[in-house]
Amino acid sequence: MSAFTETLMEGNERAFRPETLTPMQKLTLRYVIIGLGYYGFAAIEGMILRIYAIEPIPLIGTKHYFGILTAHPLVGIFGSTYLLALGAFTFVVPLLMKKPLWSFRFAKWTLGLIAVGTFIFWFTDFIAHYAPLYTLYWPLPADFSQFGPLAGSIFISGIALVMVGTALWVINMFMTIAHTPSGAEPQPAGKLLASALGFTGLANLFRKKDARREHFVPLPVAAIARGAVDVALNTSVILFTGVLILVYMVAEMLGTSLKTTAIDALLYKNWFWWGLDLIADGLVLIFVAGTWYLLANLITGKPIFMQNVARAALAVELVVSWTVWSHHLLSDQPQPEVLKIVSGEMVTAFELFTQGLAFFITLATLWSARPLKMTNPLKFLLGGLLGFALAVPAGIMQADVGLNRILHNTQWVVGPHVHVAVLVGLTMTLYSAVYYLLPVLTNGAKLWSQKLATFHFWAHLAGGIGMGAFMGMAGLQGMLRRSIYTNDEFLPYMVLAGICGALLLAALAAFLFNIVMTVGLKGVVGIFRRGKGGVEVLVPATA
Amino acid sequence: MVDSQTVLWGQTLIYTLYALTIICVVAWVAYQLTRGHAPPKIPTKLFYGFVAFLVVTGISLHIVTYNTIPWSPQDLHRSEAQPDQVFEISVADHRFELPSNPITIQCDQEVLFDVTSQDLTYGFGLFRADSSMLFQMQVVPGHRNDLLWTFGENGVYTIHSTEYSGPEGIDMNVPNAVRVIGCEGASAETAEGTTP
Repeated sequence: MSAFTETLMEGNERAFRPETLTPMQKLTLRYVIIGLGYYGFAAIEGMILRIYAIEPIPLIGTKHYFGILTAHPLVGIFGSTYLLALGAFTFVVPLLMKKPLWSFRFAKWTLGLIAVGTFIFWFTDFIAHYAPLYTLYWPLPADFSQFGPLAGSIFISGIALVMVGTALWVINMFMTIAHTPSGAEPQPAGKLLASALGFTGLANLFRKKDARREHFVPLPVAAIARGAVDVALNTSVILFTGVLILVYMVAEMLGTSLKTTAIDALLYKNWFWWGLDLIADGLVLIFVAGTWYLLANLITGKPIFMQNVARAALAVELVVSWTVWSHHLLSDQPQPEVLKIVSGEMVTAFELFTQGLAFFITLATLWSARPLKMTNPLKFLLGGLLGFALAVPAGIMQADVGLNRILHNTQWVVGPHVHVAVLVGLTMTLYSAVYYLLPVLTNGAKLWSQKLATFHFWAHLAGGIGMGAFMGMAGLQGMLRRSIYTNDEFLPYMVLAGICGALLLAALAAFLFNIVMTVGLKGVVGIFRRGKGGVEVLVPATA
Repeated sequence: MVDSQTVLWGQTLIYTLYALTIICVVAWVAYQLTRGHAPPKIPTKLFYGFVAFLVVTGISLHIVTYNTIPWSPQDLHRSEAQPDQVFEISVADHRFELPSNPITIQCDQEVLFDVTSQDLTYGFGLFRADSSMLFQMQVVPGHRNDLLWTFGENGVYTIHSTEYSGPEGIDMNVPNAVRVIGCEGASAETAEGTTP
C-alpha cells in the first residue's frame, strides 16, 4: 500500500482513532459530515445555476431549472447551515455550561429529522419539479395548473420534518441551559434563562458598576439562546404555513378545489416574511455574532471587549429581528407606508448598528491579544467578518424606498447581499469553527495539508466576493433574479461570476479532500459506528 | 430630472469605494494582528464613536435618498397626487392586458400605472432597450398596485414581469409597450426592447 493510499484509508499519521470518541463527539461529527455533504449538494446546484446563467443547459428544462432554484437555498440553509450550526451548538452549549446535554436522544432526532426532511424535499424537486421557490408567494404554492399537489405535499412534508427537528433542538438548548443535572446542586433556572436571553446584560447597563449582577451564562451561550428564540418563532411560522398549503393540496387530491382568494395574498406575504426574516435578519446574525465572540475568546484566551454592551445588543436584537420584515415589501404598493418607513427602512438600518457592533467588539478582542499567529481559525474568522462587513451595507442600501424601486428582485439582491453574506460571512465563520473544533472533536487529528487549507481560504474568499460582485454588477445593469436570459444580455458578468463559482467549488473540493486525508476513510466510517461511554461525557478525560 | 441610471451609477461608485476601503481595513487589521504588542486598553471613546458613526450613517442614507431621488417622495405621497394620465393594466394567466399597445406618454407628465392581478403575484417593470431597468413594482392579487412616475426622456420601454410566477411566467414580456414622446432636445428611441 502506497503512503498516499494508507493516508487516504487510515488518516494523517493514524492520529485519528474513532474508537476513542465519546458519543457526543461522534454525534457532533455526524452533524458536520452530513452538513458538509448538503453544502456540496448546494454548491453543485449553485454551479448548475451559474452555468445556466451563461448558457441554458439543454438537458435541464425550464421546470427542472426552477426546481433546482427552489431546492438550492433550502438545501443550503436547512441541510447544510442548520446542521453545521445546530450540531456545533449542541456540543458547545454543554461545554460552556459545564454540564451535560439535557437530551442526547433529542439531539439524535434533530439530526435524523433535518437530514431526512432535506433529502425528501430535495428529491421531490429533483423528480417532480415542484417549484414555488422558497418565498412561496400566495397563491403560487397552491397553483395546481403548474404544480402537482402530490409532489407539493411531499415537498412540504419534507420541510415540516426539518421544522420538527429544529423545534426539538430549541427545546434541548433551553433545557440544557436551565436544567440541573442529576446529583448536582440545584441551579437557578430563572436566572440562567434571564442571563441567556440578554435581560441581565440589558439591566446591567443601567446599574452602577458595583451593583451589576453576575452573568450566569457565558456570552456565546447567550447568543445561541437568543437565536434559538427566533428559531422557535420561525419554525412555528413555517409549520403553520406548511399546514395551510397542505390543506389546499389534500383537498385538491380529494377532488375539491379550494378558493385561493380565501387567503389575502398581502397579509400572507407579511406573515411569511415576518417568519422568514427571523432566519435572515434574526437568528443568522445573532448566531454569527455569538460564534464570532466564542471564536475570538477561544483564539485569544481573553474576555470579550465591552461584554455588557454585547449582551445588551443581543436583547435589543430581539426587537430588531421581530420588526424588520417589511424591507421585503418595499415594492409592494398596497403595503402601508408607515410599515415601509418604520420597519422597512428604520429598523433595518438598525442592523448596521447591531452587526457593526459585533464586528467592532470581535476585532477589538482580537486586537487586545496581539501578536497572534495567523492560524486557520483566525484567518477564516477574519474572512467571515469581512463578508458581513460587505453584505450588511449592501442590504441596507436596497432597504430604501427609492433604491428598492430599481434594485428589487435584481441580481444585486442575491449577489453582494445574500451570497456574500451566506458564502463569505456565514460559511467562513462556520469554517473557522470547523478548523478550531477539528482537533477537539477528533481527539487530536492532525490536518493533512496546510497548503490545501491556505488554498481553501483564498479560493473561497476570492470566489465568494468575486461571484457576489459580478452578480451585483449585472443587477445594477437590470439583470433580474429568477429569470432566464437567452440573448447573452449579461454574458460577460455571468462568465466572470461562473469562474468565481468554479473557484468556490474548487475550494470546497480542496477542503473535503484535506479532511478525508486527515481522518481517513476508515475514520469517516468509524464516526457512524456506535460510540462507547456515557452520553453525558463530552470529551474523554485524556483528550 | 434625475434618472434611475444616474442613481445606479452613484450607488455603484459609493459601494465600490466602500467595498475597497473595508477590504483594505480588514487586510490591514489582519496584518497588524500578527505584529506588535497588545495595547494597554482599547479606548471606549473609539467604540462609542464607531457606534455613533453607524447610527448616523444608517439614518442619513434614507434622508439623503428621500431628498435626491425624485420618485421617493412622489411614491410616498402618491395618494394625494392628481396624475395627468392613468393606465389601467390587468394581469391574468401570465399575460399583461394593456389599454393600448404601445402606451404613449407625453414627456414630463405625471402618469399612474394601476395594475391588478386576477390570479398570482406578478411584477411590473419597465426596461430600456439595453435591458436596464427603469422601475418595477410587485403586483399582488386582490389589491391595488399603483405606481406614479414622471418620464423625463423620450424612449421605448419593454414591460416585463419582475416577479417569479411559476415556470409559465418566464416569457411575460411585452416588447416596446411604452413609448415616451415630446421631450425637447432628444429624439425618440426606436431600438427594439430586449427580452429577458
